[in-house]
Amino acid sequence: MEKRVTFSNYWLAGLFIAPQLFLVFTFFYWPTGQALYWSLTLEPPFGGGNQFVGLQNFMAVFGDAHYWDSVIRSLVFALGTTAISVGFATVLALFADRGLFGHSIFKFAYFLPYAVPAAAVGLAFRFTFTPDAGIFGAVNHIIPGLWDPSRNGGQALFMIMLGQAWKMAGYNFVFLLAGLQSVPRSMIEAAAMDGAGVFRRMRDMQMPMITPTFFFLFVINITDSFVDSFGMIDVMTRGGPSRATELMVYKIYLDGFEAKDYSLAAAQSMLLMLLIMVMTIFQFRYVERRVHYN
Amino acid sequence: MVERTRLFDILTQIVLIIGLVILFTPIYIVFVAASHDFKTVNMIPMPMLPSGHLWENLTKSWQQAGFSHVMITSLIVASGVAIGKVVLSAMSAFSIVYFRYRLRLIFFWLIFITLMLPLEVRIVPTYAVAANALSPVQGVIDFIASYIPQVSIQLPEWNLLNSYEGLILPLIATATGTFLYRQFFLTIPEELAEAAKMDGAGALRFFFDILMPLSKTNMAALATIMFVWAWNQYLWPILIVTDQAHYATAAMQLGKVVPGPSFGEPPVWNTAMAATLITMMPPLVVVILMQRWFVRGLVATEK
Repeated sequence: MEKRVTFSNYWLAGLFIAPQLFLVFTFFYWPTGQALYWSLTLEPPFGGGNQFVGLQNFMAVFGDAHYWDSVIRSLVFALGTTAISVGFATVLALFADRGLFGHSIFKFAYFLPYAVPAAAVGLAFRFTFTPDAGIFGAVNHIIPGLWDPSRNGGQALFMIMLGQAWKMAGYNFVFLLAGLQSVPRSMIEAAAMDGAGVFRRMRDMQMPMITPTFFFLFVINITDSFVDSFGMIDVMTRGGPSRATELMVYKIYLDGFEAKDYSLAAAQSMLLMLLIMVMTIFQFRYVERRVHYN
Repeated sequence: MVERTRLFDILTQIVLIIGLVILFTPIYIVFVAASHDFKTVNMIPMPMLPSGHLWENLTKSWQQAGFSHVMITSLIVASGVAIGKVVLSAMSAFSIVYFRYRLRLIFFWLIFITLMLPLEVRIVPTYAVAANALSPVQGVIDFIASYIPQVSIQLPEWNLLNSYEGLILPLIATATGTFLYRQFFLTIPEELAEAAKMDGAGALRFFFDILMPLSKTNMAALATIMFVWAWNQYLWPILIVTDQAHYATAAMQLGKVVPGPSFGEPPVWNTAMAATLITMMPPLVVVILMQRWFVRGLVATEK
């Protein structure tokens, strides 16, 4: 789309876009270029400029079993939280779409968790699931030693997954409800006249019709689980116990800022960027082709 | 809805209420834990009705984590990001939509691509830039100077560590707002610009007197989203702030109020939960007050 009527004061146009371009250049393009440079070079131990080492850093990353662990863990985390969160939100959205009494209050309230800072979500869930106090610790009174996320890695990861899923549920709900409400009423009424029951309509009509929304949320949730989980992990487990909750971003942080290995961290950053870019492009292409119902 | 059977209506309400309970339980637990004294909060399971120590815990953790100072820092940072974003993206979108110059599309894509990669993904290099924010420009100057020695200029250093600029600027460098404004500007009828031009208004006049007043809803939406988003930032602040006494933000304080059983002492959960409550309140209040705009903005930016 283009405007027919435009202005011709090009100095002004340049002046208006310059600050944003400066910021994007300084904090996006230059750093990304720098990361690429670091990922292809190594700093010699006794000073001097970086030396080009080709794909050596990437090979080091690929050869590191801890890296693959963090990738698999991140994927499990991403898919798990997305499934829990979108699934839960879908049920709520399908019922809220019926528009009964009080549904505007539900709509309003469901959304609130999204505004809570990740670090605060982390602390709240850490307390709730702490083994020797809180709420969930009570199971240890029934079966001693059953629940201990500070030792059991799987339990620790599960605890963070619940936190992330909880935070995203309200967000997913908003989009799913918007999607459902764009499905034409006449279509649903026609199906009802043909004798399709409520659940049948939910399963065979409403859910398939909001596939684009599902797809969009799928990508957003996965990206957010990579990105926003940092605060939660840092507050809840610091990547432990024994690396069980060390997701990709957290590992980049540890390698870059604790171990100060910029080259290794940069190579991992490049790989993560690539992953997220591929997903986003995939999503754009899909969204472009999506069906419009109205 | 199509059919109204009483049984199904009841089921609907039950499901929705269960959802509400699930989504509110964590916030409620924080609230209840913050209202107990030290002994009660460590009982297993913790009593689920609030007791009367809320104010006491709030004041205690307020002092311990230095919230008087920290909240102001967070407020400055979150407002800075919100305002900066609203202003800069309106300007850049105006330039992209209302002028026709050759680099326009390239600029648009340069800005648009930043949507894809959040700050957390590229922390290591971004952090390196923060030590001297002018180093990228210097890099370009040095590159040009290696061909044309006359342009060799030495820029001063601009260190962003431990500064409000450092906390704010990198968070503004994304495309969210530009995209939102662009979409909005494209829906504005051509006749408006035409009439403005005919009446002799220049681009600046059109921008300030016509476009900006029309964009109020957009601004509210964008500002709300950005305020909450910036308030909730955790990773970037802990990297860029080493001077905790002056520049710590509320969210990053939560990393420190975690009660650790370091010296064999049981963790102090009640004040930790009080700190959690304090930190989550401002974004919650903003969203409650601005909910209409917040949701609309989210759907518009697909952020």
